[in-house]
Amino acid sequence: MSAVTTTTRRPPPWRNVRVLRIAFQAVFLLVVAIFLLYLWETATDNLRRLGIRTDFRYLRQPAGFAVPDSDFRSSQSLFDAVLVGMQNTAKVALLGIVLATVLGVLVGVARLSSNWLVRRAAAAYVEAFRNVPVLIIIIFFWLGIFLRLPPISRATEILDLVVVSNRGLVVPWFEKVGSGAAFGVVALVGLLLAAAAWLWRTRVFDRTGAAHHRVLWAGGVLLAVLAVGFFATGRPWVFQTPERGELATAGGFRLSPEYAALLLGLTIYTASHIAEIVRGSILSVPRGQSEAANAVGLSGFQRMRHVVLPQAFRISVPPVANQYLNLVKNSSLGVAVSYYEVTKITQVSISQAAPAVQAILVLMAVYLLFSLSIALVTNVINRRLTLKGR
Amino acid sequence: MATRVDTLEPVPAPERPPERRLPPRDWARENLFGTWFDTVLTVVFALVVAWLLYRVGKFALVDARWEIIERNITNLMVSGFPREELWRVWAALLVLAASLGFGAGALAATRRREVEEGRGAPPQRASALRRAGPILLLVAVLLWFAQSLQATLLTVAVGLLGIGAYLLGRRVSLRATRAALVVLAGIALAFAVVVAFGGVGWHDWGGFMLTVFLAVGGILLSFPFGVLLALGRRSSLPAVRVVCVAYIELFRGVPLIAVLFMSAFMIGFLLPPGVDRPSLVVRALIGLVLFTSAYVAEIVRGGLQGVPAGQVEAAQALGLSPLRITTRIVLPQALRSVIPGLVGQFISLYKDTSLVAIIGLTELLSVSQNITKQPDFLAQGLIVETLLFAAFVYWAGAYWMSRESQRLERRLGLGER
Repeated sequence: MSAVTTTTRRPPPWRNVRVLRIAFQAVFLLVVAIFLLYLWETATDNLRRLGIRTDFRYLRQPAGFAVPDSDFRSSQSLFDAVLVGMQNTAKVALLGIVLATVLGVLVGVARLSSNWLVRRAAAAYVEAFRNVPVLIIIIFFWLGIFLRLPPISRATEILDLVVVSNRGLVVPWFEKVGSGAAFGVVALVGLLLAAAAWLWRTRVFDRTGAAHHRVLWAGGVLLAVLAVGFFATGRPWVFQTPERGELATAGGFRLSPEYAALLLGLTIYTASHIAEIVRGSILSVPRGQSEAANAVGLSGFQRMRHVVLPQAFRISVPPVANQYLNLVKNSSLGVAVSYYEVTKITQVSISQAAPAVQAILVLMAVYLLFSLSIALVTNVINRRLTLKGR
Repeated sequence: MATRVDTLEPVPAPERPPERRLPPRDWARENLFGTWFDTVLTVVFALVVAWLLYRVGKFALVDARWEIIERNITNLMVSGFPREELWRVWAALLVLAASLGFGAGALAATRRREVEEGRGAPPQRASALRRAGPILLLVAVLLWFAQSLQATLLTVAVGLLGIGAYLLGRRVSLRATRAALVVLAGIALAFAVVVAFGGVGWHDWGGFMLTVFLAVGGILLSFPFGVLLALGRRSSLPAVRVVCVAYIELFRGVPLIAVLFMSAFMIGFLLPPGVDRPSLVVRALIGLVLFTSAYVAEIVRGGLQGVPAGQVEAAQALGLSPLRITTRIVLPQALRSVIPGLVGQFISLYKDTSLVAIIGLTELLSVSQNITKQPDFLAQGLIVETLLFAAFVYWAGAYWMSRESQRLERRLGLGER
């Protein structure tokens, strides 16, 4: 048995792992930087030679095109046009997310129904719309349905409430006839009181263990305050049903054919994906949970509400959030149906001689902003839902 | 006295309870009319479904004017491809049928041998006819619209060649990787048949052929790129990791149409003055590859995370170099576990190729919109028929691939969601 003497001499640099790691990273970053700089230099060279500007100041120039269904005038700047585009994207994305979730959850639960016909019908819906490109669905709704509706003079009215014509759908909506500011104050007060009710009921629950019903309490307080305020401020909102004239409709809220086609297409497509996720998440709750719930004597509805759905919800949050992200990104297909969301506005501005490189970079930045915001919110929700120890 | 393990009889797996085959009336009573609510649902849904089927059937069989599809079927399949060179397309289909059939047969033989030796999963019980259902339906519809004896005979020849190659392949059992190499060689040969020797360059392809080309080319090219990105994202070197994360998050956060705009408009500016701008097909393919490789990277990363750390440690203990560990130990296991995910991404890519219509390429969707502007069919509202046809073609391919992917998942024993 010999004593082993360890030397603390470092290996030579060309065999030293630490040196090699740093050297490799330095070379890697250098290569990437050189590549990107080369692309940048070539691009600016080419642009300069063609007389196209290479900065972002083009955004201050007047747009030169109008945006339908909005107050945007062609004399406003391209930057404002991009903002209007983002607004329109948000309009279709938010409503699309809500509708797709509702429809998707319904179809997903229907796929697990004990009724054979309901189950097969839901399966047919999912398999039909999941496998067709969303662009075809959207274009089909636009060209094949909405633009082929009759003109206003011969439009159909559904239940005397909704006017359906080739200028879109007009649905009844609230019209502001009084001062909105007073009602805004009332709404704020209502929200504060509802929050107070929520906290109070939570404290009662912590103290006594009685059921808190805090959603009902907070919601009830809010509704009561809003109702009182509505009448107290002299009924500032009026529910208007659209009136059909010869050439136009008056009143109500108009969804243009482009908007309706994009919204419907996105909703139906995303709902089919969400239905699959909902079904998968309900199926992945261990069957023992349902059996235990039955053994304890919970009814079917109670089992769903208290045992299965809460666990399924936790599992489904990441994939459903991914589908929301996909819906926001798919809203860019409004460019194919002439709905003036941010991609269409970018395309129009490029065709009006805005510099293509900068315009597309702005477009990508806008979508990155949307994506990162949704991802952030999702991560927060996910972290709050994660079981401890995972 | 301890029980001797080697004398224990293996316990057979518990049998599943026999499926009840109820007579029709009992089945209806249980599945359709179980409770009052059930009965109401059944009646309502039966009415709605019957009405839908009536309207759709009436439209498809009676009202629709399918003449536009019949006259333009070649247009829809290959768009501007010179008609006198169409024999190349048929020759390529024959080569593809032969190589795909051979590869599938070799794979089936290997699987059958694995099951016999007790190593593989038991086979699933779907007949070949049921498996090929959507594709057979698509081919039947296409032939019906083509109304050409020559096309029918050629299609039958392609089918017979495929089946013959399958039977031949069954005698030669190959492992999965070797079978994949045969298929890849077949694809390359088919490509050469169309392009080489005075053929038609891929810049002039169009229609459904362009759709398939972009989808297959896209997934094949983005696969190595995606694997490299996934490995880089898990690298212990922070510089490499940051660059890979930035790339992946950038291309997953923007819509495909923005990437296609980028490649359509910007690539010309990124090239030095002497170099010609690549054709629109190349630019679209570059955009698709850049976009898809980010998604493939995320999928492969999931697979890499699923490989147990003990594998790497054991390989290190055996003295394998890092390169060997990655290529021989980690990647094969990782890739095998994410094959269903990769197939899902391929299906998405197949559907997303429809977006290149927006940047001006004449693939299936674009052709189906253009043919309604022909003088004979202008302003007749035939867009419904053509869009339905395009939707059906996409649907058949995607539905077939997703069913095969589910079969594959079941066979690999994964994804029991």
